[in-house]
Amino acid sequence: MSCDDKVDCGRRRLLVATSVAGGVAGVAAAIPFVSSFAPSERAKSAGAPVEVDISKLAPGEMMTVEWRGKPVWIIHRSKEMLEGLTKVADKVADPQSDRPMQPVYTKNEHRSIKPEYLVAIGICTHLGCSPTEKFKTGAESGIDADWQGGFLCPCHGSTFDLAGRVFKNKPAPDNLEIPPHYYLSDARILIGEDKKGA
Amino acid sequence: MGASSAEKYKSDGTTAGNLLEWVDARFPLMSLWNDHLAKYYAPKNFNFWYFFGSLALLVLVIQIVTGIFLVMHYKPDASLNASGVPVAFASVEYIMRDVPWGWLIRYFHSTGASAFFIVVYLHMFRGLLYGSYRKPRELVWIFGVLIYLALMAEAFMGYLLPWGQMSYWGAQVILSLFSAIPLIGNDLATWIRGDYVIGDATLNRMFSLHVIAVPLVLVGLIAAHIMALHEVGSNNPDGIEIKKKKDANGVPLDGIPFHPYYTVKDIVGVVVFLTAFSIIVFFMPEGGGYFLEFNNFFPADPMVTPPHIAPVWYFTPFYSILRANTVNFFWIDAKLWGVIFMGLGVMVLFFLPWLDRSPVKSIRYRGPLYKGALAIFIVAFFILGYLGMLAPTPGRTVVSQICTVIYFLFFLLMPIYTSIDKCKSEPERVTG
Amino acid sequence: MMKKLLIVFLCVPLLAFAAGEVLHLDKAPDRSRDLPALQNGAKVFINYCLNCHSASYMRYNRLQDIGLTEQQIKDNLLFTADKVGDLMTIAMRRAEAKQWFGTAPPDLTVIARARASEFGSGPDWLYTYLRGFYRDDARPTGWNNTVFANVGMPHVLWELQGEQVMGAGHKLTLARPGLMKPEEYDAMVADLVGFLAYMGEPVANFRKQLGVIVLIFLAVLFVFSYALKREYWKDIH
Repeated sequence: MSCDDKVDCGRRRLLVATSVAGGVAGVAAAIPFVSSFAPSERAKSAGAPVEVDISKLAPGEMMTVEWRGKPVWIIHRSKEMLEGLTKVADKVADPQSDRPMQPVYTKNEHRSIKPEYLVAIGICTHLGCSPTEKFKTGAESGIDADWQGGFLCPCHGSTFDLAGRVFKNKPAPDNLEIPPHYYLSDARILIGEDKKGA
Repeated sequence: MGASSAEKYKSDGTTAGNLLEWVDARFPLMSLWNDHLAKYYAPKNFNFWYFFGSLALLVLVIQIVTGIFLVMHYKPDASLNASGVPVAFASVEYIMRDVPWGWLIRYFHSTGASAFFIVVYLHMFRGLLYGSYRKPRELVWIFGVLIYLALMAEAFMGYLLPWGQMSYWGAQVILSLFSAIPLIGNDLATWIRGDYVIGDATLNRMFSLHVIAVPLVLVGLIAAHIMALHEVGSNNPDGIEIKKKKDANGVPLDGIPFHPYYTVKDIVGVVVFLTAFSIIVFFMPEGGGYFLEFNNFFPADPMVTPPHIAPVWYFTPFYSILRANTVNFFWIDAKLWGVIFMGLGVMVLFFLPWLDRSPVKSIRYRGPLYKGALAIFIVAFFILGYLGMLAPTPGRTVVSQICTVIYFLFFLLMPIYTSIDKCKSEPERVTG
Repeated sequence: MMKKLLIVFLCVPLLAFAAGEVLHLDKAPDRSRDLPALQNGAKVFINYCLNCHSASYMRYNRLQDIGLTEQQIKDNLLFTADKVGDLMTIAMRRAEAKQWFGTAPPDLTVIARARASEFGSGPDWLYTYLRGFYRDDARPTGWNNTVFANVGMPHVLWELQGEQVMGAGHKLTLARPGLMKPEEYDAMVADLVGFLAYMGEPVANFRKQLGVIVLIFLAVLFVFSYALKREYWKDIH
């Protein structure tokens, strides 16, 4: 882009300057329009963290709360259920949760902060259906004789254990997602936010 | 046009050149570019008044883009929400508060409405100054008046959407005008509203017309306006035809290519316009109550009329004409006469090209009669506009009656005073 | 129906004429950049107004604009809602409210914009209104107002202001003092009105700041584009 005799240098400089300034103006003007697609304050308020009281959740029971329009399961796992997790460890695709489907503080075998309480988003990682609970063990579950309790997705038959880990050779590629959450007290969980400073 | 500039683009061998050749072989890209920009020869003596056409196009773009984004969040619903506020009204405040940058998009649109009329009124005044409606530009002018009509409809319907008190009662008054029509009036007004009063049905149909029907018509009319203009060529402050004096290549001696000369000049105009526009949007978005009327921050209430209702400023001259007639004469009552006069006030514009009998076009070479008539007309138009914002008193009504008469006499007497006026002779070539 | 419309149509000018009297409004002090005053105004608004009036386009967490933290909002101001992101709505049913007051108390989110007129700004009107209540036994509530004749709202702040009476020459005098001295009361009302003005358009301060940047940028763009135009047009004579 050197200036030779044929090109008017002053004119080119001005053209570039005006085009750059005009381009900056154009980009700046686009920002409000692009930003307006982001969730509004109403959506943010509706998707704000949810506080859940788990004091009445007995061992072996499950409750569902809504967070950002999705079902979030809270399961109070009994001793037997927790033992079942170890038994299926070689049958699930990602037993140690190596793939990033959970906050770091739940990257462990039981995929939770406290072993007995699982908090997971009840949306199948295959195509977004919500799996149904299959807590009955063994042949009674209708899945197989070794079934230790878990979830079955009605859409394409993916199965998950009670830590939301997907079984091998199923359509779903990943374990169920664990949302950010922390314990406000022993009986109260805040879903949707990491602990401050954590 | 196509035939004259049918020469197709030949690639210079670069990738971009090849692509351009490929496209130009299948689409009249270069001939459109040449006909409307690079080889559209505009008179070189355009002055300040010639900025407003391109600025009107800019405002149209602003209104369409901001409008598209507003529609994503606005809800045309007259029913009351849990807090007792109409959903439509609340959704505007939702845009102003909860949508990221929604306030800016909304202020651009609300200010754009007034800016559109400011620019269009100046554009029309330019036509009056330099005789731009005269032969051979009659169709340019007629398309222009149609654009002005469509714009008024667009603005009126858009003003209903925030569903505030002024939206509601303004629409109530204007739509009631239809009931002045004999025999069918009442049924027609009810049919237009879709209800016995302005209601949810009215809001929804106005929304539909505002966001799709009228904009489509507007865009079509603007395309026709520009095509007609580029067919006959632009007028200029001297009011003479530059096409009469051409060089050996057929290029008008006083013409310069629109691009780059008028594109770079119009960019300066755009920057100045955007500066004025930004001052309104960022520092006085209510425009002192003229652009966003204060009473429109009260939600629509069919039970209570605000103490003072006035249309938005751009309608007030015609609103004054509507109110000016207060007597029944012949067998027609005053209300219907008001409507008739208001309608005629706009319709008379269509006939302007044939009412003007002057041998010259531009104000520069007109005689004192036309200059005086135009000055009186503009003053009367401003007075009508001003009075339209105020509550009428007997004194003000008399003034508005006088101004209404002046308004019509400007047009009706034009064949007489323009033909007896002492005009100067036009120059052969354009002057500075 | 048509007759009614016709009456409306014909009466509009008359109504406008009837309202042609002049309102004298006191100038409201500007509190737009005084955060402590706006916070005080928010407190007064939530304590005294938000029981009957909603501010249903305003979210509690927006009060961060005026220097409050989310925790402060949660601890001190959140009486009627559960979440800081909630709108400032009220529990009172509108139909009941209409029975009690004759008219449902209006939403106050944009009242400071709606009350502007040729006589003064919206805050001026509110500042005058909230200091203009006086005893009037002819009214069901026992109160009347200098700028809002036959107002439906009783004087909610009367314990603070005291009782005014209308004296000779349309002058208000304080017949019985309230808990606050007149200057204190005026300052509190100024804070409250300042808050209402803020709430009418929370983005107003930011809008002006952004406007300055935009204008500076346009000035630069003007210099470049004008120089470019001069450059091209130097060939045209």
